[in-house]
Amino acid sequence: MQPLRIEPLGDAAVFAEFARTLDLRINEALQAIAAALRERAPPWVRDVVPSLGGLAMHFDLDHAELPQAPLQAASDLLQDCLKAAVRARAPGRKVELPVCYDAEFGLDLGEVVAQTGLNAAEIVRRHAASEHRVLMVGFAPGQPYIGGLDARLAVPRLATPRTRVPAGSIAIANAQTVVYPFEIAGGWNVLGRTPLRVFDPQREPPSLLAPGDRVRFVPIARAEYERLK
Amino acid sequence: MSVRVLRPGLLTTVQDGGRRGLQHLGIVPGGAMDPTAFGFANALVGNHAGEAALEITLLGPQLAFETDALIALCGAEFDATLDGQALPRDRPVLVKAGGRLATGRAHRGSRAYLGVAGGIALEPLLGSRSTYLPAGFGGFQGRALRAGDVLPLAPDAAALASRHARTLQLPDPGGAPLRSAHWSAPSLTLPEQEFSVIHAMQGRHFGWFDAASQRGFFDVTWRVSPDSDRMGFRLLGPALARLDRDEILSEPTCLGTVQVPADGAPIALMVDHQTTGGYPKIAEIAGADMPRLAQLAPGAALRFARCTLTEALELRRVARRRFEAARRGIAWKYQT
Repeated sequence: MQPLRIEPLGDAAVFAEFARTLDLRINEALQAIAAALRERAPPWVRDVVPSLGGLAMHFDLDHAELPQAPLQAASDLLQDCLKAAVRARAPGRKVELPVCYDAEFGLDLGEVVAQTGLNAAEIVRRHAASEHRVLMVGFAPGQPYIGGLDARLAVPRLATPRTRVPAGSIAIANAQTVVYPFEIAGGWNVLGRTPLRVFDPQREPPSLLAPGDRVRFVPIARAEYERLK
Repeated sequence: MSVRVLRPGLLTTVQDGGRRGLQHLGIVPGGAMDPTAFGFANALVGNHAGEAALEITLLGPQLAFETDALIALCGAEFDATLDGQALPRDRPVLVKAGGRLATGRAHRGSRAYLGVAGGIALEPLLGSRSTYLPAGFGGFQGRALRAGDVLPLAPDAAALASRHARTLQLPDPGGAPLRSAHWSAPSLTLPEQEFSVIHAMQGRHFGWFDAASQRGFFDVTWRVSPDSDRMGFRLLGPALARLDRDEILSEPTCLGTVQVPADGAPIALMVDHQTTGGYPKIAEIAGADMPRLAQLAPGAALRFARCTLTEALELRRVARRRFEAARRGIAWKYQT
Protein backbone atom coordinates (compact mmCIF):
# COMPACT_ATOMS: atom_id res chain seq x y z
CA MET A 1 0.00 0.00 0.00
CA GLN A 2 1.32 3.43 -0.96
CA PRO A 3 -0.04 6.88 -0.05
CA LEU A 4 -1.77 8.88 -2.77
CA ARG A 5 0.10 11.99 -1.61
CA ILE A 6 2.50 13.07 1.08
CA GLU A 7 2.38 16.81 1.64
CA PRO A 8 3.19 19.38 4.31
CA LEU A 9 0.48 20.27 6.83
CA GLY A 10 1.43 23.77 7.92
CA ASP A 11 5.15 24.17 8.58
CA ALA A 12 5.39 21.67 11.46
CA ALA A 13 3.58 18.56 10.24
CA VAL A 14 3.16 16.24 7.28
CA PHE A 15 -0.01 14.57 6.02
CA ALA A 16 -0.02 11.30 4.09
CA GLU A 17 -3.29 10.71 2.29
CA PHE A 18 -4.15 7.07 1.51
CA ALA A 19 -7.83 7.28 0.52
CA ARG A 20 -10.28 10.02 -0.46
CA THR A 21 -13.39 7.98 0.30
CA LEU A 22 -13.95 5.69 3.25
CA ASP A 23 -12.23 2.33 2.68
CA LEU A 24 -12.32 0.02 5.70
CA ARG A 25 -9.33 -2.07 4.56
CA ILE A 26 -7.16 0.99 4.08
CA ASN A 27 -8.33 2.36 7.43
CA GLU A 28 -7.34 -0.93 9.10
CA ALA A 29 -3.89 -0.82 7.51
CA LEU A 30 -3.52 2.80 8.69
CA GLN A 31 -3.85 1.70 12.32
CA ALA A 32 -0.98 -0.75 11.87
CA ILE A 33 1.15 1.88 10.12
CA ALA A 34 0.44 4.40 12.89
CA ALA A 35 1.43 1.84 15.54
CA ALA A 36 4.68 1.09 13.71
CA LEU A 37 5.39 4.82 13.34
CA ARG A 38 4.78 5.48 17.01
CA GLU A 39 7.17 2.67 17.94
CA ARG A 40 9.96 3.93 15.68
CA ALA A 41 9.38 7.66 15.71
CA PRO A 42 12.36 9.79 16.78
CA PRO A 43 11.74 12.22 19.67
CA TRP A 44 11.21 15.20 17.34
CA VAL A 45 8.02 13.53 16.02
CA ARG A 46 5.58 14.85 18.61
CA ASP A 47 2.36 13.17 17.45
CA VAL A 48 1.29 10.42 15.05
CA VAL A 49 -2.38 10.95 14.20
CA PRO A 50 -4.21 8.41 12.04
CA SER A 51 -7.55 9.55 10.65
CA LEU A 52 -10.17 7.89 8.43
CA GLY A 53 -8.12 7.84 5.24
CA GLY A 54 -4.70 9.24 6.10
CA LEU A 55 -2.30 10.10 8.87
CA ALA A 56 -0.36 13.09 10.10
CA MET A 57 2.95 13.39 11.88
CA HIS A 58 3.45 16.59 13.90
CA PHE A 59 7.02 17.80 14.48
CA ASP A 60 8.69 19.54 17.39
CA LEU A 61 10.68 22.11 15.40
CA ASP A 62 12.58 23.21 18.50
CA HIS A 63 13.86 19.72 19.29
CA ALA A 64 17.63 19.40 19.43
CA GLU A 65 17.60 16.24 17.27
CA LEU A 66 15.47 17.75 14.47
CA PRO A 67 17.08 16.73 11.15
CA GLN A 68 17.92 19.25 8.41
CA ALA A 69 14.95 18.15 6.28
CA PRO A 70 12.22 16.89 8.65
CA LEU A 71 9.66 16.46 5.86
CA GLN A 72 11.96 14.10 3.96
CA ALA A 73 12.98 12.27 7.14
CA ALA A 74 9.31 11.76 8.04
CA SER A 75 8.51 10.48 4.53
CA ASP A 76 11.41 8.01 4.72
CA LEU A 77 10.22 6.81 8.12
CA LEU A 78 6.73 6.34 6.71
CA GLN A 79 8.08 4.24 3.82
CA ASP A 80 9.92 1.98 6.30
CA CYS A 81 6.79 1.55 8.38
CA LEU A 82 4.58 0.70 5.38
CA LYS A 83 6.48 -2.57 5.01
CA ALA A 84 6.63 -3.38 8.72
CA ALA A 85 2.94 -2.69 9.16
CA VAL A 86 1.84 -5.10 6.45
CA ARG A 87 3.58 -7.96 8.27
CA ALA A 88 2.24 -7.19 11.74
CA ARG A 89 -1.45 -6.40 11.55
CA ALA A 90 -2.85 -6.65 15.04
CA PRO A 91 -6.47 -7.70 15.52
CA GLY A 92 -8.33 -5.02 17.51
CA ARG A 93 -9.64 -5.61 21.02
CA LYS A 94 -13.23 -6.69 21.41
CA VAL A 95 -15.19 -4.12 23.37
CA GLU A 96 -18.82 -4.28 24.46
CA LEU A 97 -20.46 -0.91 24.85
CA PRO A 98 -23.72 -0.94 26.84
CA VAL A 99 -26.31 1.42 25.38
CA CYS A 100 -29.72 2.38 26.70
CA TYR A 101 -31.89 3.09 23.65
CA ASP A 102 -34.89 4.35 25.66
CA ALA A 103 -36.80 7.20 24.02
CA GLU A 104 -35.57 9.57 26.72
CA PHE A 105 -31.97 9.08 25.51
CA GLY A 106 -32.66 8.33 21.83
CA LEU A 107 -33.37 11.94 20.98
CA ASP A 108 -33.50 11.33 17.22
CA LEU A 109 -35.00 7.81 17.09
CA GLY A 110 -38.19 9.37 15.68
CA GLU A 111 -36.20 11.12 12.93
CA VAL A 112 -34.42 7.86 12.03
CA VAL A 113 -37.78 6.02 11.98
CA ALA A 114 -39.07 8.64 9.53
CA GLN A 115 -35.94 8.46 7.35
CA THR A 116 -35.61 4.67 7.20
CA GLY A 117 -39.20 3.44 7.46
CA LEU A 118 -38.03 0.96 10.14
CA ASN A 119 -39.63 0.93 13.57
CA ALA A 120 -37.63 1.85 16.67
CA ALA A 121 -37.17 -1.76 17.84
CA GLU A 122 -35.83 -2.77 14.44
CA ILE A 123 -33.41 0.19 14.38
CA VAL A 124 -32.03 -0.84 17.78
CA ARG A 125 -31.84 -4.50 16.70
CA ARG A 126 -29.87 -3.61 13.58
CA HIS A 127 -27.54 -1.20 15.40
CA ALA A 128 -26.73 -3.85 18.01
CA ALA A 129 -26.61 -6.83 15.63
CA SER A 130 -23.37 -6.24 13.77
CA GLU A 131 -19.78 -5.84 14.88
CA HIS A 132 -18.54 -2.29 14.36
CA ARG A 133 -14.95 -1.05 14.23
CA VAL A 134 -13.34 2.13 15.57
CA LEU A 135 -11.93 3.97 12.56
CA MET A 136 -10.53 7.03 14.30
CA VAL A 137 -10.44 8.86 17.62
CA GLY A 138 -10.54 12.55 16.96
CA PHE A 139 -12.19 15.94 16.95
CA ALA A 140 -12.68 15.96 20.74
CA PRO A 141 -10.79 13.97 23.43
CA GLY A 142 -11.73 10.30 23.22
CA GLN A 143 -14.41 10.77 20.55
CA PRO A 144 -14.54 7.57 18.47
CA TYR A 145 -15.68 7.41 14.85
CA ILE A 146 -17.06 3.90 14.48
CA GLY A 147 -17.63 2.20 11.10
CA GLY A 148 -19.74 -0.80 10.17
CA LEU A 149 -23.21 0.66 10.39
CA ASP A 150 -26.05 -1.45 8.96
CA ALA A 151 -26.69 -0.07 5.45
CA ARG A 152 -30.41 0.42 6.18
CA LEU A 153 -29.48 2.83 9.00
CA ALA A 154 -27.47 5.20 6.79
CA VAL A 155 -29.17 8.56 7.37
CA PRO A 156 -27.81 12.07 6.72
CA ARG A 157 -26.80 14.45 9.49
CA LEU A 158 -29.51 16.59 11.07
CA ALA A 159 -30.39 19.68 9.02
CA THR A 160 -29.89 21.81 12.14
CA PRO A 161 -27.24 20.59 14.59
CA ARG A 162 -28.13 20.49 18.28
CA THR A 163 -26.26 23.07 20.33
CA ARG A 164 -25.99 20.58 23.23
CA VAL A 165 -25.76 16.81 22.97
CA PRO A 166 -25.48 15.04 26.36
CA ALA A 167 -22.24 13.20 27.22
CA GLY A 168 -22.34 9.50 26.33
CA SER A 169 -24.84 9.99 23.50
CA ILE A 170 -24.53 7.39 20.72
CA ALA A 171 -25.32 8.95 17.35
CA ILE A 172 -25.30 7.89 13.71
CA ALA A 173 -24.88 9.59 10.34
CA ASN A 174 -24.06 8.24 6.90
CA ALA A 175 -22.08 5.02 7.51
CA GLN A 176 -20.79 5.71 11.01
CA THR A 177 -21.56 5.91 14.71
CA VAL A 178 -19.99 8.38 17.15
CA VAL A 179 -20.05 8.58 20.93
CA TYR A 180 -20.01 12.11 22.36
CA PRO A 181 -17.46 12.16 25.22
CA PHE A 182 -18.74 15.46 26.66
CA GLU A 183 -21.78 17.64 26.36
CA ILE A 184 -20.97 19.37 23.08
CA ALA A 185 -22.69 20.60 19.93
CA GLY A 186 -23.36 17.97 17.28
CA GLY A 187 -25.36 17.21 14.18
CA TRP A 188 -25.59 13.40 14.27
CA ASN A 189 -28.79 11.43 14.95
CA VAL A 190 -28.82 10.38 18.61
CA LEU A 191 -30.07 6.78 19.14
CA GLY A 192 -29.22 6.22 22.80
CA ARG A 193 -26.73 6.76 25.60
CA THR A 194 -23.97 4.72 27.20
CA PRO A 195 -23.41 4.93 30.97
CA LEU A 196 -19.65 4.42 30.43
CA ARG A 197 -17.25 7.34 30.27
CA VAL A 198 -15.58 7.17 26.88
CA PHE A 199 -12.99 9.71 28.06
CA ASP A 200 -11.61 10.17 31.56
CA PRO A 201 -8.40 12.21 31.90
CA GLN A 202 -7.70 10.51 35.27
CA ARG A 203 -7.77 7.02 33.73
CA GLU A 204 -4.90 5.26 31.99
CA PRO A 205 -5.43 5.19 29.07
CA PRO A 206 -7.87 8.10 29.20
CA SER A 207 -9.71 7.04 26.05
CA LEU A 208 -12.01 4.00 26.41
CA LEU A 209 -11.74 3.15 22.71
CA ALA A 210 -8.78 3.03 20.34
CA PRO A 211 -8.67 2.81 16.56
CA GLY A 212 -9.05 -0.80 15.43
CA ASP A 213 -11.21 -1.86 18.40
CA ARG A 214 -14.12 -4.14 17.46
CA VAL A 215 -17.22 -2.76 19.12
CA ARG A 216 -20.58 -4.33 19.89
CA PHE A 217 -23.40 -2.13 21.14
CA VAL A 218 -25.27 -4.04 23.86
CA PRO A 219 -28.82 -2.81 24.51
CA ILE A 220 -29.50 -2.33 28.24
CA ALA A 221 -32.57 -1.37 30.22
CA ARG A 222 -32.85 1.92 32.05
CA ALA A 223 -32.23 0.24 35.43
CA GLU A 224 -29.01 -1.30 34.13
CA TYR A 225 -27.96 2.12 32.78
CA GLU A 226 -28.42 3.64 36.24
CA ARG A 227 -26.52 0.77 37.85
CA LEU A 228 -23.51 1.16 35.53
CA LYS A 229 -23.48 4.95 35.63
CA MET B 1 1.39 30.04 49.81
CA SER B 2 -1.48 31.13 47.61
CA VAL B 3 -3.21 33.79 45.57
CA ARG B 4 -6.86 34.63 46.15
CA VAL B 5 -9.01 35.64 43.20
CA LEU B 6 -11.00 38.78 44.08
CA ARG B 7 -12.34 39.32 40.55
CA PRO B 8 -11.75 36.73 37.84
CA GLY B 9 -11.64 39.00 34.76
CA LEU B 10 -13.13 37.94 31.44
CA LEU B 11 -11.21 34.69 30.93
CA THR B 12 -8.30 33.92 33.22
CA THR B 13 -6.90 30.38 32.97
CA VAL B 14 -3.85 28.42 34.08
CA GLN B 15 -1.68 27.53 31.07
CA ASP B 16 1.73 26.05 30.40
CA GLY B 17 3.51 24.64 27.35
CA GLY B 18 0.67 22.16 26.69
CA ARG B 19 0.41 18.40 26.15
CA ARG B 20 2.48 16.19 23.89
CA GLY B 21 1.85 12.99 22.00
CA LEU B 22 -1.90 12.69 22.68
CA GLN B 23 -3.45 13.92 19.45
CA HIS B 24 -4.35 10.36 18.40
CA LEU B 25 -6.68 10.37 21.43
CA GLY B 26 -8.27 13.64 20.30
CA ILE B 27 -6.26 15.80 22.73
CA VAL B 28 -4.40 18.76 21.20
CA PRO B 29 -1.35 20.41 22.80
CA GLY B 30 -3.31 23.49 23.93
CA GLY B 31 -1.29 25.62 26.35
CA ALA B 32 -0.44 29.31 26.15
CA MET B 33 -1.93 31.10 23.11
CA ASP B 34 1.15 33.36 22.91
CA PRO B 35 4.08 31.10 23.86
CA THR B 36 6.55 33.95 23.31
CA ALA B 37 5.05 36.23 25.97
CA PHE B 38 4.43 33.16 28.17
CA GLY B 39 8.10 32.19 27.79
CA PHE B 40 9.26 35.64 28.89
CA ALA B 41 6.87 35.62 31.88
CA ASN B 42 8.60 32.50 33.16
CA ALA B 43 12.14 33.59 32.27
CA LEU B 44 11.68 36.93 34.07
CA VAL B 45 10.85 35.25 37.38
CA GLY B 46 13.65 32.67 37.07
CA ASN B 47 11.36 29.71 36.26
CA HIS B 48 11.95 26.73 34.01
CA ALA B 49 10.52 27.26 30.54
CA GLY B 50 7.30 25.30 31.01
CA GLU B 51 6.07 26.42 34.46
CA ALA B 52 2.34 27.18 34.68
CA ALA B 53 1.33 30.84 34.47
CA LEU B 54 -1.98 32.71 34.33
CA GLU B 55 -3.29 33.60 30.89
CA ILE B 56 -5.27 36.83 31.19
CA THR B 57 -7.68 37.82 28.42
CA LEU B 58 -8.95 41.31 27.42
CA LEU B 59 -10.22 42.23 30.90
CA GLY B 60 -7.90 41.15 33.68
CA PRO B 61 -8.45 39.82 37.21
CA GLN B 62 -7.90 41.30 40.64
CA LEU B 63 -5.71 39.13 42.82
CA ALA B 64 -4.67 39.20 46.48
CA PHE B 65 -1.28 37.64 47.25
CA GLU B 66 -1.26 35.81 50.57
CA THR B 67 2.51 35.40 50.43
CA ASP B 68 5.56 37.27 49.16
CA ALA B 69 6.08 36.47 45.49
CA LEU B 70 8.09 37.51 42.47
CA ILE B 71 5.85 38.15 39.48
CA ALA B 72 6.10 39.34 35.86
CA LEU B 73 3.27 40.43 33.55
CA CYS B 74 4.08 39.97 29.86
CA GLY B 75 2.27 40.16 26.55
CA ALA B 76 -0.68 42.47 25.89
CA GLU B 77 -0.61 45.96 27.40
CA PHE B 78 -3.10 45.98 30.28
CA ASP B 79 -3.88 48.69 32.80
CA ALA B 80 -2.35 47.16 35.90
CA THR B 81 -1.61 48.34 39.40
CA LEU B 82 0.03 46.77 42.40
CA ASP B 83 -1.26 48.27 45.64
CA GLY B 84 -2.43 51.28 43.69
CA GLN B 85 0.88 51.95 41.93
CA ALA B 86 1.27 51.43 38.17
CA LEU B 87 2.75 47.97 37.60
CA PRO B 88 5.66 48.03 35.17
CA ARG B 89 5.26 45.37 32.48
CA ASP B 90 7.70 42.82 31.10
CA ARG B 91 9.95 42.80 34.17
CA PRO B 92 10.22 41.06 37.55
CA VAL B 93 8.33 42.78 40.36
CA LEU B 94 8.37 41.83 44.04
CA VAL B 95 4.93 41.51 45.69
CA LYS B 96 4.70 41.50 49.47
CA ALA B 97 2.23 39.29 51.32
CA GLY B 98 -1.10 41.12 51.32
CA GLY B 99 -0.30 42.82 48.00
CA ARG B 100 -3.16 43.43 45.59
CA LEU B 101 -2.73 43.20 41.85
CA ALA B 102 -5.51 44.85 39.85
CA THR B 103 -5.55 44.45 36.09
CA GLY B 104 -8.03 46.30 33.91
CA ARG B 105 -8.54 46.39 30.16
CA ALA B 106 -6.07 45.48 27.45
CA HIS B 107 -5.09 48.51 25.35
CA ARG B 108 -2.96 46.74 22.83
CA GLY B 109 -3.03 43.00 22.26
CA SER B 110 -5.47 40.70 24.02
CA ARG B 111 -3.53 38.25 26.20
CA ALA B 112 -1.04 38.72 29.01
CA TYR B 113 0.77 36.13 31.10
CA LEU B 114 1.35 36.45 34.81
CA GLY B 115 4.41 34.41 35.74
CA VAL B 116 5.14 33.69 39.42
CA ALA B 117 8.49 32.45 40.75
CA GLY B 118 8.10 28.73 41.47
CA GLY B 119 5.02 28.46 39.27
CA ILE B 120 1.45 27.57 40.13
CA ALA B 121 1.40 24.41 42.23
CA LEU B 122 -1.35 22.35 40.59
CA GLU B 123 -1.08 18.65 39.78
CA PRO B 124 -0.32 18.08 36.10
CA LEU B 125 -2.97 16.14 34.20
CA LEU B 126 -1.90 14.15 31.13
CA GLY B 127 1.53 15.75 31.42
CA SER B 128 0.46 19.39 31.66
CA ARG B 129 -1.12 22.02 33.91
CA SER B 130 -2.90 23.66 30.98
CA THR B 131 -6.63 24.25 31.24
CA TYR B 132 -8.45 22.60 28.34
CA LEU B 133 -11.78 24.42 28.34
CA PRO B 134 -13.59 22.48 25.58
CA ALA B 135 -13.51 19.29 27.66
CA GLY B 136 -13.23 20.93 31.08
CA PHE B 137 -10.06 19.33 32.39
CA GLY B 138 -6.58 20.41 33.49
CA GLY B 139 -5.40 23.64 35.11
CA PHE B 140 -7.59 24.85 37.97
CA GLN B 141 -10.56 22.44 38.07
CA GLY B 142 -10.73 22.41 34.29
CA ARG B 143 -12.21 25.90 34.11
CA ALA B 144 -11.56 29.63 34.03
CA LEU B 145 -10.92 31.25 37.42
CA ARG B 146 -13.84 32.57 39.48
CA ALA B 147 -14.05 35.01 42.35
CA GLY B 148 -13.11 33.28 45.60
CA ASP B 149 -10.77 30.71 44.02
CA VAL B 150 -7.54 30.16 45.90
CA LEU B 151 -4.67 29.34 43.61
CA PRO B 152 -1.81 27.42 45.24
CA LEU B 153 1.72 28.70 44.65
CA ALA B 154 4.91 26.71 45.13
CA PRO B 155 5.69 26.04 48.84
CA ASP B 156 8.95 27.98 48.41
CA ALA B 157 7.38 30.92 46.53
CA ALA B 158 8.31 33.45 49.24
CA ALA B 159 11.83 32.06 49.67
CA LEU B 160 12.37 32.14 45.89
CA ALA B 161 11.06 35.71 45.74
CA SER B 162 13.51 36.98 48.32
CA ARG B 163 16.42 34.99 46.86
CA HIS B 164 15.71 36.23 43.32
CA ALA B 165 15.24 39.81 44.56
CA ARG B 166 18.74 39.63 46.05
CA THR B 167 20.26 38.01 42.95
CA LEU B 168 18.66 40.60 40.67
CA GLN B 169 19.54 43.37 43.13
CA LEU B 170 16.05 44.81 42.86
CA PRO B 171 16.45 48.44 43.98
CA ASP B 172 15.18 49.38 47.39
CA PRO B 173 12.28 51.70 46.78
CA GLY B 174 12.97 54.11 49.62
CA GLY B 175 9.53 54.19 51.16
CA ALA B 176 7.50 53.24 48.08
CA PRO B 177 6.22 49.65 48.23
CA LEU B 178 7.11 48.64 44.67
CA ARG B 179 10.38 46.89 43.87
CA SER B 180 11.07 45.99 40.25
CA ALA B 181 14.00 45.60 37.86
CA HIS B 182 14.89 48.59 35.69
CA TRP B 183 15.36 46.37 32.63
CA SER B 184 12.67 44.49 30.76
CA ALA B 185 11.91 41.76 28.22
CA PRO B 186 11.05 42.93 24.69
CA SER B 187 7.50 42.82 23.35
CA LEU B 188 7.77 40.65 20.26
CA THR B 189 4.13 39.81 19.64
CA LEU B 190 2.06 43.00 20.07
CA PRO B 191 -0.28 43.85 17.16
CA GLU B 192 0.49 46.58 14.61
CA GLN B 193 -1.53 49.81 14.78
CA GLU B 194 -3.45 49.54 11.50
CA PHE B 195 -3.44 45.85 10.61
CA SER B 196 -1.20 42.90 11.37
CA VAL B 197 0.46 41.01 8.53
CA ILE B 198 0.21 37.26 9.07
CA HIS B 199 2.12 34.92 6.76
CA ALA B 200 0.25 31.94 5.35
CA MET B 201 0.89 29.13 2.91
CA GLN B 202 -1.68 27.78 0.49
CA GLY B 203 -3.60 24.99 2.15
CA ARG B 204 -4.20 21.47 0.86
CA HIS B 205 -7.56 22.45 -0.66
CA PHE B 206 -6.63 25.93 -1.95
CA GLY B 207 -7.44 24.84 -5.49
CA TRP B 208 -10.98 23.90 -4.45
CA PHE B 209 -11.94 27.57 -4.13
CA ASP B 210 -12.96 29.82 -7.01
CA ALA B 211 -10.49 32.31 -8.46
CA ALA B 212 -12.04 35.32 -6.69
CA SER B 213 -11.80 33.55 -3.32
CA GLN B 214 -8.20 32.45 -3.95
CA ARG B 215 -7.22 36.06 -4.76
CA GLY B 216 -9.46 37.57 -2.11
CA PHE B 217 -8.00 35.50 0.70
CA PHE B 218 -4.63 37.24 0.28
CA ASP B 219 -6.00 40.64 -0.86
CA VAL B 220 -8.65 41.67 1.61
CA THR B 221 -8.36 42.94 5.18
CA TRP B 222 -9.93 40.44 7.58
CA ARG B 223 -11.27 41.20 11.02
CA VAL B 224 -11.28 38.92 14.04
CA SER B 225 -14.91 38.07 14.88
CA PRO B 226 -16.16 38.54 18.46
CA ASP B 227 -17.21 34.88 18.11
CA SER B 228 -13.57 33.75 18.47
CA ASP B 229 -11.93 31.79 21.24
CA ARG B 230 -8.95 29.59 22.13
CA MET B 231 -10.26 26.93 19.70
CA GLY B 232 -10.52 29.14 16.65
CA PHE B 233 -10.60 32.70 15.33
CA ARG B 234 -13.52 33.31 12.98
CA LEU B 235 -12.55 35.85 10.35
CA LEU B 236 -14.97 38.48 9.05
CA GLY B 237 -14.70 39.41 5.38
CA PRO B 238 -16.08 38.27 2.04
CA ALA B 239 -17.54 34.75 1.94
CA LEU B 240 -15.17 32.28 0.28
CA ALA B 241 -16.79 30.15 -2.39
CA ARG B 242 -15.89 26.64 -3.49
CA LEU B 243 -15.89 25.34 -7.05
CA ASP B 244 -17.51 22.05 -6.01
CA ARG B 245 -19.17 20.43 -3.04
CA ASP B 246 -16.99 17.33 -2.66
CA GLU B 247 -17.05 15.85 0.81
CA ILE B 248 -13.80 15.49 2.72
CA LEU B 249 -13.02 12.54 4.95
CA SER B 250 -12.27 13.95 8.41
CA GLU B 251 -8.50 14.44 8.49
CA PRO B 252 -5.92 15.85 10.90
CA THR B 253 -5.72 19.61 11.37
CA CYS B 254 -2.96 21.62 13.01
CA LEU B 255 -2.33 24.92 14.77
CA GLY B 256 -2.82 27.62 12.13
CA THR B 257 -4.98 25.61 9.73
CA VAL B 258 -7.51 27.93 8.09
CA GLN B 259 -10.61 25.89 7.34
CA VAL B 260 -13.71 27.08 5.52
CA PRO B 261 -17.12 25.67 6.55
CA ALA B 262 -20.14 25.73 4.24
CA ASP B 263 -21.02 29.34 5.12
CA GLY B 264 -17.76 30.53 3.53
CA ALA B 265 -16.40 32.31 6.64
CA PRO B 266 -12.85 31.10 7.37
CA ILE B 267 -11.79 29.88 10.81
CA ALA B 268 -8.12 29.97 11.86
CA LEU B 269 -7.47 27.10 14.27
CA MET B 270 -5.87 28.20 17.54
CA VAL B 271 -4.20 26.17 20.33
CA ASP B 272 -7.35 24.42 21.64
CA HIS B 273 -8.54 23.39 18.15
CA GLN B 274 -10.13 20.05 17.31
CA THR B 275 -7.56 17.39 16.28
CA THR B 276 -9.40 16.47 13.08
CA GLY B 277 -11.83 18.20 10.79
CA GLY B 278 -13.84 17.70 7.64
CA TYR B 279 -13.78 21.23 6.20
CA PRO B 280 -11.49 22.22 3.32
CA LYS B 281 -8.23 23.91 4.26
CA ILE B 282 -7.66 27.07 2.24
CA ALA B 283 -4.46 28.06 4.05
CA GLU B 284 -1.94 27.16 6.74
CA ILE B 285 -0.61 30.04 8.83
CA ALA B 286 3.15 30.19 9.38
CA GLY B 287 3.88 28.94 12.91
CA ALA B 288 6.13 31.96 13.53
CA ASP B 289 3.14 34.30 13.24
CA MET B 290 0.72 32.37 15.47
CA PRO B 291 1.75 34.17 18.70
CA ARG B 292 1.05 37.53 17.01
CA LEU B 293 -2.27 36.29 15.66
CA ALA B 294 -3.17 35.10 19.18
CA GLN B 295 -2.70 38.69 20.42
CA LEU B 296 -5.38 40.10 18.10
CA ALA B 297 -8.53 41.17 19.94
CA PRO B 298 -12.02 40.86 18.45
CA GLY B 299 -12.38 43.53 15.78
CA ALA B 300 -8.63 43.72 15.09
CA ALA B 301 -7.60 43.79 11.43
CA LEU B 302 -5.18 41.48 9.66
CA ARG B 303 -4.01 40.67 6.17
CA PHE B 304 -2.50 37.44 4.97
CA ALA B 305 0.83 37.57 3.14
CA ARG B 306 1.50 34.57 0.92
CA CYS B 307 4.63 32.61 1.78
CA THR B 308 6.25 29.30 0.91
CA LEU B 309 7.12 26.51 3.34
CA THR B 310 10.81 27.49 3.09
CA GLU B 311 9.96 31.10 3.97
CA ALA B 312 7.72 29.99 6.85
CA LEU B 313 10.56 27.91 8.29
CA GLU B 314 12.97 30.84 7.92
CA LEU B 315 10.48 33.09 9.77
CA ARG B 316 10.46 30.45 12.54
CA ARG B 317 14.25 30.48 12.76
CA VAL B 318 14.35 34.28 12.93
CA ALA B 319 11.62 34.41 15.60
CA ARG B 320 13.34 31.66 17.57
CA ARG B 321 16.68 33.47 17.46
CA ARG B 322 15.14 36.75 18.67
CA PHE B 323 13.32 34.97 21.50
CA GLU B 324 16.36 32.94 22.55
CA ALA B 325 18.66 35.98 22.52
CA ALA B 326 16.29 37.87 24.84
CA ARG B 327 15.73 34.82 27.04
CA ARG B 328 19.48 34.30 27.46
CA GLY B 329 19.84 37.97 28.38
CA ILE B 330 17.28 37.49 31.17
CA ALA B 331 18.82 34.19 32.33
CA TRP B 332 22.19 35.95 32.59
CA LYS B 333 20.75 38.37 35.15
CA TYR B 334 20.02 35.36 37.33
CA GLN B 335 23.59 34.11 37.11
CA THR B 336 25.37 37.25 38.27
